[in-house]
Amino acid sequence: MKIYDVLIIGAGVTGCAVARELSRYKGSFLVAERAPDVCEGTSKANSAIMHAGFDAEPGSLKARMNVKGNKMMDRLSEELDIPFKRIGALVVCLSEEGLPKLRELYDRGIENGVEGLSLLTGDEAREIEPNLTGEVCGALLAKTSGIVCPFELTLGLGESAAKNGVEFRFDTRVTGLRREGDCWAASTDNGDILAKTVVNAAGVYAGELHNMVCEDKLRITPRKGEYCLLDRTAGGHVSHTVFQLPGKLGKGVLVSPTVHGNLLLGPTAADVEDPETANTTAGGLKEVAEKSGWAVRDIPMRQVITSFMGLRAHEDSDDFILGESAEGFFDAAGIESPGLTSAPAIGEYLAGLIAEKLELSPNESFDPIRKGVPKVADMPIEERAALIKRDPCYGNIICRCEEVSEGEILDAVHGILGARTLDGVKRRTRAGMGRCQAGFCSPRVMEILSRELSLDLTEIRKSGKDSQIVLERTRKEGE
Amino acid sequence: MEHDIVIIGGGPAGLAAAIAAREAGASDILILEREKELGGILNQCIHNGFGLHTFKEELTGPEYAARYIVKVKEMGIPYLLSTTVVDLQREGDGITVTSVSKKDGLLQTRAKAVVLAMGCRERPRGALNIPGTRPAGIFSAGTAQRLVNLEGYMPGKRVVILGSGDIGLIMARRMTLEGAKVLCVAELQPYSGGLKRNIVQCLDDYGIPLKLSHTVVDIRGKERVTGVTIARVGEDLRPIPGTEEDYDCDTLLLSVGLLPENELSRAVGVDIAPVTGGPVVNESLETNIPGVFACGNVLHVHDLVDYVSQEAAGAGRNAARYVLGERAPGGAGIPIVPAGAVRYTVPCTIDPERMDGEATVRFRVGRNMRKAVVTLRAGDKELIRRKRPVMAPGEMEQLTIKREWLTGGGEALALEAREEE
Amino acid sequence: MSLPIVELTCISCPLGCPLKVETDNEGKVLSVTGNTCRRGEDYGRKEVTAPTRTVTSTVRLKGGSAPVVSVRTKGDVPKSRIFAVMEEIRGAVITAPVHIGDVVIPDIAGTGVDLIATREDV
Repeated sequence: MKIYDVLIIGAGVTGCAVARELSRYKGSFLVAERAPDVCEGTSKANSAIMHAGFDAEPGSLKARMNVKGNKMMDRLSEELDIPFKRIGALVVCLSEEGLPKLRELYDRGIENGVEGLSLLTGDEAREIEPNLTGEVCGALLAKTSGIVCPFELTLGLGESAAKNGVEFRFDTRVTGLRREGDCWAASTDNGDILAKTVVNAAGVYAGELHNMVCEDKLRITPRKGEYCLLDRTAGGHVSHTVFQLPGKLGKGVLVSPTVHGNLLLGPTAADVEDPETANTTAGGLKEVAEKSGWAVRDIPMRQVITSFMGLRAHEDSDDFILGESAEGFFDAAGIESPGLTSAPAIGEYLAGLIAEKLELSPNESFDPIRKGVPKVADMPIEERAALIKRDPCYGNIICRCEEVSEGEILDAVHGILGARTLDGVKRRTRAGMGRCQAGFCSPRVMEILSRELSLDLTEIRKSGKDSQIVLERTRKEGE
Repeated sequence: MEHDIVIIGGGPAGLAAAIAAREAGASDILILEREKELGGILNQCIHNGFGLHTFKEELTGPEYAARYIVKVKEMGIPYLLSTTVVDLQREGDGITVTSVSKKDGLLQTRAKAVVLAMGCRERPRGALNIPGTRPAGIFSAGTAQRLVNLEGYMPGKRVVILGSGDIGLIMARRMTLEGAKVLCVAELQPYSGGLKRNIVQCLDDYGIPLKLSHTVVDIRGKERVTGVTIARVGEDLRPIPGTEEDYDCDTLLLSVGLLPENELSRAVGVDIAPVTGGPVVNESLETNIPGVFACGNVLHVHDLVDYVSQEAAGAGRNAARYVLGERAPGGAGIPIVPAGAVRYTVPCTIDPERMDGEATVRFRVGRNMRKAVVTLRAGDKELIRRKRPVMAPGEMEQLTIKREWLTGGGEALALEAREEE
Repeated sequence: MSLPIVELTCISCPLGCPLKVETDNEGKVLSVTGNTCRRGEDYGRKEVTAPTRTVTSTVRLKGGSAPVVSVRTKGDVPKSRIFAVMEEIRGAVITAPVHIGDVVIPDIAGTGVDLIATREDV
């Protein structure tokens, strides 16, 4: 059986970042992912913020990785052809008593090495963000804070890794780990895998994996966060990410534009037992609506187009667990906020440790450039016309709300980590993410998937194994 | 490319507008349709009940559409299929229509007049903010209708339907006939928005319970729907704790309202009325942008397709007059102000100089009423009073206004519906 | 023993009158009450003695642009025969081309009513 140099468990943003950084070295690398696609767990549903880094405890891994990861994003977003905007963030203070806390946050940011921080009065804050409420009496402005699409970041990292030789195995859940000679043997529901080293990037399951092989135990608690997403017509309601300084009313929620022009509200925070938790609640959604109104006024809640929830992998120590926790077993555990921002730095850090251990030599043919699916609707008209002339599929609009063409969907399906599900197509192209929420386009996207992957329509899934969309034909085929 | 009139949408509204424009003398018309055939949503509405007003017979959706399609073809009106309009912009005294298709690539068409006939879309789950999981098995009723009727696939076997709009009712029967078990139809309001006939023939006939003042408060199932919870709502339309009932099902269909699809209208600067979600139009069904007309469900959501055809014919005729220079020089329109239970009117203004001898005003009321009276007043002067034994939010109403009534010199008209004293 | 009374909602117009149809034990209508007009009475009588419906569905189509084509019964069939009609529809297969009005199944389920296509597929 093939022995990989590194088995990375989990194709979330951390796993994909580690994979890409490893592909700068010569070696054999495999990513095993239990879901049918990248970015199906913690990475999928979060605030999509590239945090500046003023929040984490100075000296912590969170602080270090956050500040570094943020600085890496300009270059990375260009290399990976993904949207990233440094729109800046405002941490707003809603009562005079909170102002010293705001100052503390500023000082912590300076200590962490965050650039572009300044303290504003309430009026100064309202000047740059007119929809802040009258209660806002001070704010910390962090100019380096940004927004990103978590899926595109993860996919970009994953595709770049795959392009540089990393293998991906989806629908593959690691169920056991044991030593076999100098190697780790991973048993999965899709065959066994042998590797010299293992990276544990399993999100809310990272504790379970760690505890299989390490003496000192981790305790990871899935922390649920609920969100509401508003239509693009509401996207300009604020121009910065607006955080609330925790105050006497408790921890607030953020209000932020997204890179796709929507408005995002959330998250709540509630610890849950079940790492499979996937439901929003009436209470949670109400809380989001209520708390977002503390800092920002007149949020058009009628423009909500969807709500969702995500789980954060919270570890008891309140810091990231990074490094070799057992012989050849590297943890990337407890990756909660600011995990998305930190991922590129975590990838670089862990890949460095592993390369050193395995004495990997540089991969001279590493190509940092990866091209995403073109956004045809955003192209200048002449460019669009020329592209359609070259390939008429770009002229066939499938998703009318987001104006996504058949050509883009074909690119997504036939990409290096091609989409195989409706959600996979949606996240790569935005088909189905718009106002009608896939009402019109889902039958047509299903048809394309069925044609391109030679599957019957009944085999097309939304995402996981049991997420069939249609169950059977109304009329039997054949004679 | 240049055309006198470009019609955006080849559904019932676009087809009727094209025919009427041609009959009114416009020779250079182009229909742009995004689907691969003409007929719009009627193609998937295979149930009967269409055309009673227009043809005095009960047709199915595809048959109704075919009557107009045949006529368009006979008249030789050109149309482009699988062609999506992606932008509308004013340029000079015309409109530039940008469209894309596989066959013709990116086209920019100069039009003297444009008829907006894009129809509407269904309200999705997200707009209701229903808590729960986000599994496969949640469909808007129209999506399920397309899958069953056009693609020939069953979206599910045990079904709960939220919303008693007509599409939801029709799909309750359709899924039942195809062997699914429809457990219930839940309706948030204390009344159904659907036609009586559909409640009787789609629900009562098959023993499907209609649960008024109920809504879905939870959806379960990680990958595919495994169940939903329904609860009674109070007068404030909020769920009443303790009234929850669990249903084991694999499918949730949503029939919770239709929204006119006006992204293109907004792009060209058309003013949108907040109540209808459709353009603000005058007696000619012309928007605030000269030469841009609107009709059908993009203007306001209709209950019967017959009225869509009637309205669209009006828009087509007016577009023809506009491009032929046959319109009377207009003065300012007289505003029509909704009063009492009237929620909106289409049109919003009426110009006596430009109207035909008569004009139809369409409107809806906001509540169920018995022994109602509809009045049209100009100041203190009552122009018309009509008794209506019953009025319901689900039914579109109409009133004919005669030109000779509008001699009062521009005073606003108040259209009111209320219970009789 | 009281005589059977059937309660119905009239569908003749938007009023939706709640009808009470009283019949004798042989099913003969004795009275219709609750209606506002003559149409309500007619509807009540028919609905109790011989209710009928148009059935619409699809049949399997070979060689067409779609896997199914829409159909309807040319006239009403007895309400009690709806599922028998569906059973025959489920078993039917036709081949393109098909035109609106083409008879797909003559005298479907012995109702004396033809099943016709409602759509072109050529």
